[in-house]
Amino acid sequence: MSEVLLAVEGLKVHFPVVEGVLISKTVGSVKAVDGVSFQIHKGETFSLVGESGCGKSTTALAVLRMLDPTAGKVTFDGTDLTALSRQSMRPYRQEMQMVYQDPFGSLNPRMKVQSIVGEPLKVHRPQMSNSDYKKRVADLLDLVGLLPAMAERYPHEFSGGQRQRIAIARALALEPQLIICDEAVSALDVSIQAQVINLLMHLQRELGLSYLFISHDLSVVRHISDRVGVMYLGQIVELKKRDDLFSNPEHPYTKTLLDAVPIANPKLEAERAEPRIIGEVPSVRNPPPGCRFNTRCEHATDRCRTEAPAATSRTAGFVACHLFADAATDASSSAA
Amino acid sequence: MSTNALLRLNDLSIVFRTDRGLVRAVDSVTLQVDEGETLAIVGESGSGKSVTALSILQLLGEAGKIDRGQIMFADDDLTTFSESQMRNIRGNRISMIFQEPMTSLNPVIPVGKQVAEPLVLHRDMSWKDALTEAEALLRTVAIPDPRARLDEYPHQLSGGMRQRIMIAMALACQPKLIIADEPTTALDVTVQAQILALLKDLTHATGAALILITHDLGVVARYADRVAVMYAGRIVESASAMDLYAEPRHPYTQGLMSSIPSLDGVAGAELTTIDGQPPDLANLPVGCAFAPRCKYARQACNTTPQLTSITDHHHWACHGYE
Repeated sequence: MSEVLLAVEGLKVHFPVVEGVLISKTVGSVKAVDGVSFQIHKGETFSLVGESGCGKSTTALAVLRMLDPTAGKVTFDGTDLTALSRQSMRPYRQEMQMVYQDPFGSLNPRMKVQSIVGEPLKVHRPQMSNSDYKKRVADLLDLVGLLPAMAERYPHEFSGGQRQRIAIARALALEPQLIICDEAVSALDVSIQAQVINLLMHLQRELGLSYLFISHDLSVVRHISDRVGVMYLGQIVELKKRDDLFSNPEHPYTKTLLDAVPIANPKLEAERAEPRIIGEVPSVRNPPPGCRFNTRCEHATDRCRTEAPAATSRTAGFVACHLFADAATDASSSAA
Repeated sequence: MSTNALLRLNDLSIVFRTDRGLVRAVDSVTLQVDEGETLAIVGESGSGKSVTALSILQLLGEAGKIDRGQIMFADDDLTTFSESQMRNIRGNRISMIFQEPMTSLNPVIPVGKQVAEPLVLHRDMSWKDALTEAEALLRTVAIPDPRARLDEYPHQLSGGMRQRIMIAMALACQPKLIIADEPTTALDVTVQAQILALLKDLTHATGAALILITHDLGVVARYADRVAVMYAGRIVESASAMDLYAEPRHPYTQGLMSSIPSLDGVAGAELTTIDGQPPDLANLPVGCAFAPRCKYARQACNTTPQLTSITDHHHWACHGYE
């Protein structure tokens, strides 16, 4: 596989829980991200999937240093970002850009598209001449399938899909190597979602981009990803190549997730068993000891309730479940 | 009208007064729901699917108005009903489940009382009996420790639990018809699966019919018996779920089906898209509203196609193509 662009190692983001009004004190912490490790290679799409509160978006914010990690390392192109000061972080911010979910909230309604797409250039390339600047904005709009003349318009004149294209053009302005898409197609209608997914994949081929793709939609993730990490309560429980994960899910939570997603084919659905899903996601404030999925897992044993499972390695990934830990020692020799 | 028809919309049209003039959100919709069946209405934002659902219970608000057509429920035309007659229908013979359980539950009333209220209103039960019944209903929707939950407020419950409360309320008076408007869109996928399975089991058990409004073609495939596809306020195709997915006929339905990445599809392949944008309802094209995005559009498409039958149970509104 190609060179590693981003390496995240043992990332933790804990938020203090403070109680009291006049005399406040920290009474505990929410471990939103608790020991997450993954790598993204150049030109690769790596996805994090999981349900609300699993820590996927917090992971993204910590990678960008929009949140300071409690522990762990984020290495970008060989540089440890967590060791950098705010000032020395600046050049790296140009290399990593973000596209958000809501194209209505992420574009300033008072700015013309010209200024929205061009703002990163004004900040990071102040020496750029006005004509170069306009040319670059026009090229960017063209790149995402909008007309250069649209630069003179305001966001409200565009549909949701077009706004998301504007947000993508802005993300591309500084020629980043990594784009983080946080639920970037989730708010779009299906016919428009398909257009934006195609655009993202086309841009990747054209520009050699890497994506960190964050989504709750397993169908979209399966479509767009090279490798996928499944998160549950702040940890990655299974990380594999796309086809390995979807055709051979091992972790009971991954299986539960996949069973829960309806397939758009009534014939297949009629043959599928009704998914068995036990209980609800426990509070992140008070996750269960041992394996965090043990309260909802039909295979849970006493060991799962006390001891956190270690990662058992798989091709280009791992699974963290006691079910596979024992077999791993026997299997690793033959697998290698 | 066949013998087991429960609800029939006849040529229903709904207009809204807006800053930009009258907007026809629903146009000439004819639709039937049989007893005990699950009908899905699918479409994208602005297709008129939610407005159609809201109009059945006359919940259109000040700006919206039914300007043509009938809503036949059993033997009554609901469009002729007064507000007090409608109140006797809502939550009693037809109930509704909304997308966002946090905003559709009252935040300052304990959930037990909210579930019991329709029983007091429509069944003349005492509050004491109604609360006992509410506890049984919470048990039916698989809420753990229902007695303790009766006294809790909506904010103390998770999103999935709140939607279970909504379902308990909807079921309280054993309605003949339940309308669920995107009931699981705000929920995580495992919770969605739990809620929809519950809704399906309970409608089967009570014999209630279900109208499921959704944009999710996977949900439709798993739960619906029949499907109506809406575009720009009109039904463009309707069929049994099996037939519609096996052989979508309308170019819009075909486009929708091929533009979703599905778990059983080919991963990574270029997705087929529908070119262009959904139309602006205040400024609809003449003739077929889908024509500007349709690869088969021709001269005939300048007139509006009516819903006609392809086979007995498969209808479409299209001038046809080669």
